[in-house]
Amino acid sequence: MKRAIPIFLVLAGLLVAIAVANPYFLEPAGFLGFLKRVAPLAILAAGQYFVIVSGEFDLSVGSLVTVEVVVAARLIDGDEAMTWPVLALLIVIGLLVGLVNGLVTTKLRVPSFITTLGAMLILSGAVFLWTGGAPRGALSQGFRVFGREGVWAVLILLVAVTAAVLLMRADFGRTLIAAGDNERAARLSGVRVDRVRVFAFMLSGLSAAVAGILLGGFAGVSAQVGQSLEFQAITAVVLGGVVLGGGRGHVVAAIAGAFTLEALFTLLNLHGISGALEYAVQGVIIIAAVAAGGLRLPALRLSPSKV
Amino acid sequence: MEDTPQKSPAPEQVILRMTSIGKSFLGVRVLRGIDLSATAGEVHAVVGENGAGKSTLMKILAGVHQPDEGTVEIGGETRSFAHPVEAQRAGVAIIYQEFNLLPERTVADNVFLGREPTRRGLLDRAAMDAATSRLLDELDEHSFGPRDMVKDLSVAQQQVVEIVKALSVDARIVVMDEPTAALAEHEVELLYRLIRRLQGRGIAVLYISHRLREVFDLADRVTVLKDGAHVATVRTSDVTTAALVKMMVGRELDAYFPPRADEAVIGEPLLTLRDAGNGKLDGIDLDLRAGEIVGIAGLQGSGRSSLAKAIFGAEPFTRGEITPTRPANVREGVAAGIGLVTEDRKAEGLVLNQSVRDNALLVTRAIGRGGRSHRSTAAVAALLEKVRLRPPRQETEVKYLSGGNQQKVVLAKWLTLAPKVLLFDEPTRGVDVGAKAAIHDLMRELADTGTAILMISSELPELIGMSDRIVVLRDGRVAGHLPAGATEEAVMALAAGAAGAAA
Repeated sequence: MKRAIPIFLVLAGLLVAIAVANPYFLEPAGFLGFLKRVAPLAILAAGQYFVIVSGEFDLSVGSLVTVEVVVAARLIDGDEAMTWPVLALLIVIGLLVGLVNGLVTTKLRVPSFITTLGAMLILSGAVFLWTGGAPRGALSQGFRVFGREGVWAVLILLVAVTAAVLLMRADFGRTLIAAGDNERAARLSGVRVDRVRVFAFMLSGLSAAVAGILLGGFAGVSAQVGQSLEFQAITAVVLGGVVLGGGRGHVVAAIAGAFTLEALFTLLNLHGISGALEYAVQGVIIIAAVAAGGLRLPALRLSPSKV
Repeated sequence: MEDTPQKSPAPEQVILRMTSIGKSFLGVRVLRGIDLSATAGEVHAVVGENGAGKSTLMKILAGVHQPDEGTVEIGGETRSFAHPVEAQRAGVAIIYQEFNLLPERTVADNVFLGREPTRRGLLDRAAMDAATSRLLDELDEHSFGPRDMVKDLSVAQQQVVEIVKALSVDARIVVMDEPTAALAEHEVELLYRLIRRLQGRGIAVLYISHRLREVFDLADRVTVLKDGAHVATVRTSDVTTAALVKMMVGRELDAYFPPRADEAVIGEPLLTLRDAGNGKLDGIDLDLRAGEIVGIAGLQGSGRSSLAKAIFGAEPFTRGEITPTRPANVREGVAAGIGLVTEDRKAEGLVLNQSVRDNALLVTRAIGRGGRSHRSTAAVAALLEKVRLRPPRQETEVKYLSGGNQQKVVLAKWLTLAPKVLLFDEPTRGVDVGAKAAIHDLMRELADTGTAILMISSELPELIGMSDRIVVLRDGRVAGHLPAGATEEAVMALAAGAAGAAA
C-alpha cells in the first residue's frame, strides 16, 4: 500500500482545488453528483485492475459498455417488466465476453493486447451492424434509476469496491497477483495460472456490464456511450501505481486513480478548459506514470550470474 | 584419435603467458597467483570444480574483467585489456557456452559483425561471403554456406560459425568454454577434428571442460585450478585420470553436517521409479524412502534438474513405471505431496514483489488446502519460526531478503503441504554459511519426520556430507550408486565417466 500514498495525496489536492473553485462541491448534493459521475469509471478501473495485475490488458471494455447499453435499450424498449430480465442478461453478456477474452488469451496464447483489441473491434462492429448506427428503443424508468439516483450509484460502487478488496484478499486474489508477478514460479507452486486469468477477464467483463447499467441511466442511450472508456480505465489503474506487466499494486489505489482522473476532468471543466483536452491529459498521465514505474524496473530483473 | 597430429610443433613459441594473476570481487578473493601459459599449436586444458575460478580467469584473458595482480603477455608483449574489443584485437577469441550469434542473420553477417567490409560506403556482401566461404573450406565444412541463416543451423554448426569468426579476426588464442556441453556424441568427433585444424594453424587452444575423457583425448597439457588457486600444470601424458581427479577435489571435508539417518528411521519407499525416462532421461531406477536423503550427483547437463522436474511433474516422465503417482503436471505432483525447491529461486521459486506471508502461503492457496486457520497470522508465524527466518517479518517483500532467508521462505512454502517427497535442487546455492547450516538441519529434521528427500548439489562436500546414499547421473542415465560418505574422487570419477573408479 505504500506505493498508493502518492495517489491519495494527489486526489486530496485535486478535491481541495475543486472545492475552492466551486464551493457547491462541498454540499451533499454536489459531492453526490461527483460520486455518481465517478462510479462507472471506478468500477471499470477495479475490473481492469484484476486483468492488469495478472499481467494482461483488457481493451474491450469500452465497446462492451456500448454493447450493454444499446442491447438494454432495444430489448427493454420502455417496458418496465423487462427491466430485471434484461439486467440479468447484461451481466451474462459481460461475463461471457470476459470468458471468451480469457480463453483466447490463455488457451490460444494470443497476447491479451491483441485479443481484446480484436474483441473491441468485433463488439463495435456488431453494435453498428445491429443498430445501423442509431440505437433504437428506450430504457425503462426502473433501469435508469441506478445511474440517475446518486444513492443507487454510490451503493453499487461501495459493493463493487468491497467485493474487489475481499477478492484480492482471498486465495483467488493472492494467486492472481502471484501469477502476474512471476508466472513460472506461480505455476511451479501449483497455481492454476490460466484459470485465475480467465476469472480476471470475466471480472473485467462484469465490471463493464455494471458500468454500462450505470451509464445507461446517467448518460442515456447512444452508440458512443462507452467510447474510450478502456483507455480511461487503464489510465486510472496506472495512475494508482499499478504496474503494467502485473504483480504489483493495490486495487484500492486503482480505484483512487479513477477518482483522481475524474477529479482532474472536473477541475479542467471548472476552469473552462475544453473537454477535448481530456485525451491529451490522459496521454500525458499514462506515459508519465509508466515511465515513473519503469525507472525501478531494471534493478528487479537482475538474476544472479553463474560463477 | 584416428589422426594423431604432431604435439606442440617446434620451435616451441609461447603465445600466452599469464603470471600470478589475482582477482577479488567485493573483497572476496576469487583468484590468487594463477600462472597459465600456452604455446602455438597447443591444446591446453583448464579443469576444476564449479567455482574453481576457470571462468573468471578466462574473463580476465578476454578483457571482461581486469586483474588486480599479475600480468598477461601475448606474443611476448605485456598487455592489459580495458575492454573485450581490445582483447579481440590482440588475437584472443572466446567461444562461450552460450554462443554470441544473431539468429536472424546469415553466417557471413555474424562472422563480420561489427567490422563489415565496405565498398564505396556500401556493405560489400560479396567480399563477406567469399571470405566466409574460404574459411569454411579451410575447415572442410560443407554442410552449410555463408548465406544460411544462423537460426537454421544445428548447435554444432553454430559452433563452427564461432570458430570461423575467431579465424577471421586472426585469433592466436582460442578459448573454448565447455564446448561439448550441448553437442551430441557424433558432433563431438567433428569438434575434435576442428580443434586439430586450429592446432595445425599454430593457434593455442585453451580448452575448459569438466569431462576428463575429452581432456585426455585432446590436450597436451592441463592446468588444474581449485578454489581460485593454481594446483598444478602437467602434461596429460604424465598423469592418470585418478591423479587428475584427486588434484581437482582433494580437500578436507571440514564443514559441519547433521548426523545421517539411522537405518531404523528409513522406512518404506514413498516413490519408486523403474526404467523411467523422457526426452532428457532414460532408464532411471530410483527409490525414495521415508526418512532418507538421497543425493544426486552429476555434471552440469547430466540430467539432475531434469530428474527432479520429472518426478515433480513439471517435465513429466513419458515412460517407465512410477509408483504410487506419476504426476502429468505440477498440480498433480503437488496434490500427491511432492514439492520442488528449484535451482533458481528468483526465477522459479518466489514471487519477489509479494510479501513473505504471500510467498509462504502460495502453495496452500494454489491448491486451496486448509481453511482460514492455515492462513492466520499465528499459523504463518509458526511456519516462519520452523524454518528459522530471521527476522520473521511477514509483510516484508521477499525481494529485500538475503539469499538464505529467501530459501527459507521457499522451504516454508513447501512445508505447508506436509510433503511426502521433497526435492531440493541446489538448496544452498548463493546462501550464506549460517543459513546453509540451518537449511541442512531442516532437511534432516524433515527426513527424520518421515519425508523422503532428494537433493541435487554441485558442491560435493555438501552432497557427501548430507546424503544417506548417492546416485550419480551421466548423460541422463544412472552412472552408478555410492554409499554414504563416498569420496569426492569416487563421485567425480563416475560423473566424469572415467573407467574403473566406481566404488
